[in-house]
Amino acid sequence: MPEKILMMALSPTMETGTLVRWRKKEGELVASGDVLCEVETDKATMDYESASEGTLLKIVVQAGGQAQVGDTIAIMGKSGEDFSALLSDTRPVAAKAPVALAAAPRAVASVASREAPSAMPAAPPTGRVKSSPLARRIASQKGIDLRSLHGSGPDGRIIKRDLDAASAGAGAGIRAPGAGPAAIAAGPVYKPGPGDEVVPLSGMRKVIARRLSESMFSAPHYYLTVAITMDELLATRARLNEGREKKASMNAFLMAIAGRALLHHPKVNSTWNGDSIIRHTATDIGLAVAQPDGLITPVVRDCGKKGILAIDTELTDLVERARTGKLQPPEYEGATFTISSLGSSGIDEFTAVINPPGSAILAVGAIRKEPVVGKEDRIEIRQRMRATLSCDHRAIDGAVGAAFLRELADMLENPMLALA
Amino acid sequence: MSVITLREALRAAIDEEMARDDSVLLLGEEVGQYNGAYKVSQGLLEKYGPERVIDTPISEEGFTGIGIGAAMAGLRPIVEWMTLNFSLQALDQIFSNASKMRYMSGGQFSVPIVFRGPNGPAEYLGSQHSQALQSIYAHVPGLKVVAPSTPADAKGLLKASIRDDNPVVFLEAELMYSWKGEVPEGELVIPLGTADVKRPGKDVTLIGFSKPLRMVLEAAEALAAQGIDAEVVDLRSIRPLDEAAIYESVRKTNRCVVVDEAWPFASVGSHVAWLVSRNCFDDLDAAVEFVSAEDVPMPYNHGLELAAQVSVDKIVDAVKRVLYA
Repeated sequence: MPEKILMMALSPTMETGTLVRWRKKEGELVASGDVLCEVETDKATMDYESASEGTLLKIVVQAGGQAQVGDTIAIMGKSGEDFSALLSDTRPVAAKAPVALAAAPRAVASVASREAPSAMPAAPPTGRVKSSPLARRIASQKGIDLRSLHGSGPDGRIIKRDLDAASAGAGAGIRAPGAGPAAIAAGPVYKPGPGDEVVPLSGMRKVIARRLSESMFSAPHYYLTVAITMDELLATRARLNEGREKKASMNAFLMAIAGRALLHHPKVNSTWNGDSIIRHTATDIGLAVAQPDGLITPVVRDCGKKGILAIDTELTDLVERARTGKLQPPEYEGATFTISSLGSSGIDEFTAVINPPGSAILAVGAIRKEPVVGKEDRIEIRQRMRATLSCDHRAIDGAVGAAFLRELADMLENPMLALA
Repeated sequence: MSVITLREALRAAIDEEMARDDSVLLLGEEVGQYNGAYKVSQGLLEKYGPERVIDTPISEEGFTGIGIGAAMAGLRPIVEWMTLNFSLQALDQIFSNASKMRYMSGGQFSVPIVFRGPNGPAEYLGSQHSQALQSIYAHVPGLKVVAPSTPADAKGLLKASIRDDNPVVFLEAELMYSWKGEVPEGELVIPLGTADVKRPGKDVTLIGFSKPLRMVLEAAEALAAQGIDAEVVDLRSIRPLDEAAIYESVRKTNRCVVVDEAWPFASVGSHVAWLVSRNCFDDLDAAVEFVSAEDVPMPYNHGLELAAQVSVDKIVDAVKRVLYA
């Protein structure tokens, strides 16, 4: 029996795929698992592996052509078989033909499995989130976005226990709802090679994976970088620390000044909350601190209204206890803004993943002497630091992020401005 | 409180109602001189005489129709069918006359009659005599259908059925007649249309009635040993149906397994499952499961005969499915 090979949904949101290249020719033998063709989805170009074996009898959609999910792209069967009956009811799609947009969404999964059960390894993902009615009711009552959950029921159905687990695991803090794909929790499963070490996930590793995946996949990040001349700030810091046994850290300066800049730019000090944006009055700034297996962000509350020394005292205590894993949740949760510094690791500049519930994170690199074009085009040696702001575009538009970063840079270059 | 068999409980109900009300009579095959095919009516002929305990010829359509006529004329007959399989001979009388008379006469006639007898498979009786026919009777508006699972319920529900002014099909089971249970002393009348929670629980609702309810309770015990706390709702009466009790339980547990020993297609069980799916939609964490007889004529081979029926294992498996366990 010849059978139709259908366009599969190769990503959860894919509706149409473009045939980039056929890797098998008509008449060629195909084994199960062979790559039939390459398909460009809305996200990437992916290999289409055959789920069945036989001879590729007919290519219906040529390279360059498009096919909607569920369309027939080829016919497979035994060599010499008559497949004309299958061709008569396929919709051949001409190369580059515009996709019929008016057609109502079709029940791809059921159609596909009825027509050619063996051709489909499983019901292709339709993008619809399956959930029990009870799960939907609980989610709506608790304001949980079902798309951010992984379903443990049949076919990934989200059931009550998944919501219970989510409520138990999420803890305090405001969720960042969004289209977090189910893949966060259930990634691909690889087989370790001989001699490979398999490291079970620690609780912290799981939290990092979940939170940062959720942030990266749901918050559209963009990045702004500035180079900041730090000579003034370094001099100010030296004067402040003169004669002090305990020297105020550069991080305390950064947090105090960032806090003041945030007060001027409340849109940056915000949380995307699904159907609203929360603008925080407090400037609670987290500082990413490395631990032996992971990292944590102790939070100094209300930095915009605290002095550098007060911040430094708090920060010293928090960082000390963060490194030894002794922080309590209220001490590391709920940062409205975060600073991550890899300057001491010798990194010049980098981008950071936003730490929810904040909508922006500042990644600062090392301070280095470098030549700068100064007044009257004179080349001067200056202490320079590069800072990159990652923003969640849902809450912070580019111009808003740029204005904040520019003022922050100005304050760092001329600390007097922070007092203005 | 005394422990008696379900057979004795039914006999007590008939006896008490016959003593209480002269218009109550019993008719059917072998109910008199032979004391009943299953000895439910033992001693009643002696006590009430041949005018009120009437042996009939082997003619279900005839004596069922006579009973309906007697009811229309003001008596309260109890018609015993030797088994529900034989009642199929009398379906026209039941469907066309008993169930519709009150409606079509504009209330001029009522039909206060009880049709009773063993329903469902017993053992080694072959396809024709191993049928659970509740779906057929429950299908007809105008009939009440009652299906107890314990001696106490049997007594209280039969007395209520005899006193009811509508035709009631009262379902017993051959294998249940010797089941024993505690029955309260004194007057016991259980209103039709009241379900009974036979076992409280919080994890899953098991809905059943009549003979399979014992298996449902055994399944609940087996599940309890695995840490699953099942609530068992005994419908007791299929028509009228105590929907409120069903929904209250399902809204508590969020999961439901319906058990009915009839064939699955268009059955009481499938109807209850639909009601739950519709009326508890937002409370369900899993699709309602339904455990029924297999959709085949009953095999004679005993291994197959058991395999074709509801079992404790099938109920436990269904519970595991709704719990995603």
